[in-house]
Amino acid sequence: MQDSFHNDDPIEQKFRELGNRGEGVVIAYLMGYDPDPKSFRANATSLIEGGADLVEVGIPFSDPVADGPVIQAAGVRALSAGATPRKILDAIGELSTQFAIPFLIMTYYNPILAMGIERFVKSASENGVRGLVIPDLPMEEGDGFRDIALKHNIDSIHLASPNTSRRRLLNIVDKSRGFVYLVSLFGVTGPRDILTPQALETVKTVKTIARGRIPVSAGFGISQPDHVSSLLRAGADGAIVGSVLVRTVAEHLDDPGEAPYHLKKTISGLKQASKLRG
Amino acid sequence: MTSPPFACSASSTGKFGKYGGQYVPETLMEPLKVLADAYLRFSKDPSFKKELAGWLGQYAGRPTPLYLASRLTSHVGGARIFLKREDLLHGGAHKINNTLGQALLARNMGKHRIIAETGAGQHGVATAMACAALGLKAEIYMGGEDIERQKLNVYRMKLLGAKVHPVESGSKTLKDAINEALRDWVTNVEDTYYLLGSVVGPHPYPTMVRDFQSVIGKEARRQILRQEGKLPKAIVACVGGGSNSIGIFHAFLSDMEVGLYGVEAGGRNMSPGKNAAPLVAGREGVLHGMMTYVLQNTEGQVESTESISAGLDYPAVGPEHSYLMSVGRTKYVTQTDSDALDGFRLLSQLEGIIPALEPAHAISYATKLARSLQKEDSIIVNLSGRGDKDVDIIARQFPQ
Repeated sequence: MQDSFHNDDPIEQKFRELGNRGEGVVIAYLMGYDPDPKSFRANATSLIEGGADLVEVGIPFSDPVADGPVIQAAGVRALSAGATPRKILDAIGELSTQFAIPFLIMTYYNPILAMGIERFVKSASENGVRGLVIPDLPMEEGDGFRDIALKHNIDSIHLASPNTSRRRLLNIVDKSRGFVYLVSLFGVTGPRDILTPQALETVKTVKTIARGRIPVSAGFGISQPDHVSSLLRAGADGAIVGSVLVRTVAEHLDDPGEAPYHLKKTISGLKQASKLRG
Repeated sequence: MTSPPFACSASSTGKFGKYGGQYVPETLMEPLKVLADAYLRFSKDPSFKKELAGWLGQYAGRPTPLYLASRLTSHVGGARIFLKREDLLHGGAHKINNTLGQALLARNMGKHRIIAETGAGQHGVATAMACAALGLKAEIYMGGEDIERQKLNVYRMKLLGAKVHPVESGSKTLKDAINEALRDWVTNVEDTYYLLGSVVGPHPYPTMVRDFQSVIGKEARRQILRQEGKLPKAIVACVGGGSNSIGIFHAFLSDMEVGLYGVEAGGRNMSPGKNAAPLVAGREGVLHGMMTYVLQNTEGQVESTESISAGLDYPAVGPEHSYLMSVGRTKYVTQTDSDALDGFRLLSQLEGIIPALEPAHAISYATKLARSLQKEDSIIVNLSGRGDKDVDIIARQFPQ
């Protein structure tokens, strides 16, 4: 079924490679420069070494409407550490020389517009970024953007949510590259204790519509190993974990050197849960 | 006859030229479509129009007078200054025009939980009033800093049965209250109606709120023709999000001889962070679901704003204003905090009308504009609200 992905796409290749082994893709999110450039680098390194298959890096925005308190606070810390799109792209560039995995960026549309779309995606591409998640750029507004990104080999990863209509879903599946980012709940980012039945239902619906043409990863509210295994068993190809990792960073602000150890432990547990076979 | 290009409505996707649109999280795309469809249906429904007109007449107090401020006119020595008295509406501001319209729409859509943001508290109060009158539940998001400086309105909202949620994120003002209301809506889309208070946000809000506010200009145009026998030389209105100004401008858009002036908050001065004048000092960007002019730094982070009037303290502006400016139909200027205080005192002392600090910016600019015009010319200032809510702030400025 997975033969029909966009074959030359490195993100989709990752899904295919792991899928063939009976594994889901675990995508780890960190806010760039949180709480400072050096700690960010150490934290990202520990996540990759701990088993994260892809790393999604946040570029902070002053008005993050899709984010809950945990990631909002990370954005504030990053901005006070001097984060700019330029500096975070450079930091990703350094990581990508060390680790041969595709990097993703999550940010809002305005910082990209301020830098200039073409300039932003070109620089992102040169720094090892292969996909962009922009929560306030829905499919309809993203037409021009998608083409420019694709020209620089960057996937526009569109979001789908529990109330996205079938007609829109068909369109989103058609226009997305890399994977479809399934928002598994009504709400903003942030760790939740339980995974709702609705999340699993949504995974099934979107998978049916995707019909193997593009991978589907679920995010928002996913914090525990059993969330990951449930989502994958429901048919998701990957899971995105963010706030639970960012919360770990926030819990060690007094001693940031401690964070990598805890992050590695958390991501290992989540990665283990993604191995459905073998 | 072809209409001038600026007299257009938003396209079906909510674009005014390149401005506007729907830059929102995916979860809101479906509810926005449902809202746009419902609004389109009800706006063409004669019984809905009749119901709204009834509420505006019997409850809100429309039509409002167009008052010739003759002592202010003589004092200034120029064009005749007329005031469109939106300050006389129930609640003390133009906001009720919009909240009644949207609350009726919400009720017709079967939504019983209403959320809203508020800056100065005027929209929060007007939402609480409309909800109480229509039997709906209101929850209002308000920045912590605004709660401090507009205590009276916070108390009024509570008296009216609304729940007020303080917002302590970001700059703790209007922009953050909108962020928080959007987050609430994303979480509770199924039973919740977001009653936005200005011509901002994603489509259909800029169009819908403008339509509800355009009653101001329709009345004013009829009144000035009846009272003066000719159109005015200029319309002057303050611009925060831009609803009272769009409301009065709209009926005059095709009257090319009428100059349309929007007055933004010049705050302390024009350096970054010291004003709230996105059209004069901002750049194009995307905030709160719309492409429009935004006060931002070179990295695209939204700037903090400063204005003596909480109602103008907002770093972006309705997309239709950005469009009207781009085609040259409207002009935008600024007046500082101290200009606004001058306007405030002048109107209080010469006319016995205490204006809100927001339209005090418009009053101040209108006096300067009137001086440059002939005595037989006229100007209409949209007096969008009364100043009772600001008496605390004024008392601190002039403590005697």
